[in-house]
Amino acid sequence: MVSLARRALHGLLLLLGVSLLSFVLLELAPGDYFSEMRLDPRISETTVRELRARYGLDRPLPERYARWLASVARGEMGYSFAYGQPVGRLLWPRARNTLLLTATSTALSWLLAVPLGAWWATRRRGAADAGLAVLTAALLALPDLLLALGLLLVAVRTGWLPAGGMVSLGHEEMGPAARVADVARHLVLPVAALVLGTAPMLVRYVRAAVAETLDAPFIRAARAHGLPERRLLIRHALPAAANPLISLFGLSLAGLLSTSLLVEVVVGWPGLGPLLLEAILARDYYLVLGPVVASTLLLAGGNLLADALLLAVDPRIRSDS
Amino acid sequence: MSVRAGLPVALAALTAVHLAALAAPFLSPYDPTEQNRTLPYAPPTRLHVIDGEGRLHLRPFVYRMARRGDGEGYEEDRRQSYPVLFLARAVDFGGAARVHFFGVEEPARVFLLGTDGFGRDQLSRLLHGARISLFAGLLATALSLGLGWLLGTVAGYYGRWVDSVLMRSAELFLALPWLYLLFAVRAVLPLRVSSGQAFLLLVLLIGLVDWARPARLFRGMVLSARERSYVLAARGFGASDLYLIRRHIAPQTFGLLLTQAALVAPQYVLAEVTLSFLGLGVSEPTASWGNMLAALQQYHVLVSYWWMWAPGLALLAVSLAYYAVSEGLNR
Repeated sequence: MVSLARRALHGLLLLLGVSLLSFVLLELAPGDYFSEMRLDPRISETTVRELRARYGLDRPLPERYARWLASVARGEMGYSFAYGQPVGRLLWPRARNTLLLTATSTALSWLLAVPLGAWWATRRRGAADAGLAVLTAALLALPDLLLALGLLLVAVRTGWLPAGGMVSLGHEEMGPAARVADVARHLVLPVAALVLGTAPMLVRYVRAAVAETLDAPFIRAARAHGLPERRLLIRHALPAAANPLISLFGLSLAGLLSTSLLVEVVVGWPGLGPLLLEAILARDYYLVLGPVVASTLLLAGGNLLADALLLAVDPRIRSDS
Repeated sequence: MSVRAGLPVALAALTAVHLAALAAPFLSPYDPTEQNRTLPYAPPTRLHVIDGEGRLHLRPFVYRMARRGDGEGYEEDRRQSYPVLFLARAVDFGGAARVHFFGVEEPARVFLLGTDGFGRDQLSRLLHGARISLFAGLLATALSLGLGWLLGTVAGYYGRWVDSVLMRSAELFLALPWLYLLFAVRAVLPLRVSSGQAFLLLVLLIGLVDWARPARLFRGMVLSARERSYVLAARGFGASDLYLIRRHIAPQTFGLLLTQAALVAPQYVLAEVTLSFLGLGVSEPTASWGNMLAALQQYHVLVSYWWMWAPGLALLAVSLAYYAVSEGLNR
């Protein structure tokens, strides 16, 4: 428990560090949202100066950072100039959508990867082994951008799936069950892209980890006792292989979030990705900061979850701490 | 298995693609920015060897492309054929005369990969775009691994406070998903830049943002290399730090450097493509694989004009080749 708390504190410090670093970086940026206004002859220099003063952009950096921290504490996370409202109000629905997408994809990827990888570990040679090797290699080498575009092409061509977005027209008028079904239908495309993008790597790691434990002396001993292969695999090899796999879960989250950013933009899923892109193009700096901090938070949360899982699953770690 | 045999093939393919990119002005039949406003989304020009009277020609020829009477799509004007000329001198869009590998006489045009929405030759754009996309990736690889190697070696070799400072800052960089990090830093840089500056900016951006991952790897390696008995022996004989790193420690890291390069180079090519795809990288009219693929964001282009996928296929091939190289090196 103590180690978990220490990890949480560490994550919090990292979050602070990331936000401070981003703040300093944004300070270095040439121009801001209002400098675009200067190009407009209808807006006078004084107006721009007044606007900057109203939003506190003329203050020194430490003061602005302190103000931003205070607004984070209020849940506002600064103010978006382009949308004219606090960043928090824009950010949290988007973060929720990204969480929905990435959590679903993570769950599906692991549900697919663990059985497939474990099964693969029991077939060291033959057609299945070679086939899976080629398939995972091909998917690993396939760029995520092309994967997302290809799936979008299939969706648009066949009309089986809605092409982009998160809800259909008239979503508001639907009943609760129909609404869930509507979002689920829209989820299929981005989730497929993310699962096909991340699962191959997971399958390979699961196979390697399980294959290693299957060669361990305790498995050989258990086999000599006459335990059936299936029980050997599920009851003895998989739990022993869990440790590296849970560490992998933490590590793979960063990649998943990156891929998610891209996939969201391509299929128009209203998550953090499109928001970040819009914010960058509008030079809306507090809005850039929002998704950046939120993604750090998601990553840190995922890693904390992995640590907690590890603690729960692996007795060797419990006895250490 | 066949993967082992794949290494030389993949290396040869990669070399060929990079050479083709370097030779883009010669290999491409047109200027990549030359527009043919009357020929938007023209399909790939077909090369013929048998004419209307059934005679076989050794030199392939093309027909002139014209809009169909109903205004839907294109058809070939079969009244006159235009032979494909090799090593012909042509006056370029810019006005300078230059020898091209192949081409046809005006008013016919040869678009082996069709044209985009402005009637620009896709093949010429693909070749010129490869220069941007592939070399941005390659230079960023050199930069990121160079920096990662340097900082990782310094951290691992000197240890103590140098190590703590460097590794704490590496953690800061690793606390963000890498694409978010890339975007966050991109947000700071000016949006509208000329294509030459954009190229440089992308190389610096991609190369500098990802130093933390290699730095950690090299640090670990140097950390263990430092304690080897022959390194300790050399130190006992009074060898300087610089000598030890150069003579004993660096050579051990070169293998890792090579496999890492094969691993990250395609990721960086993809990073350039992604940024340009989203309008944050090299912008029109300069061609890059990313901004060529950006046309696919329109659904009618995505569905109707398959030749607009050409940069995607090229990207896939490069990505596969790099993957085969890194697999081959890991064995």
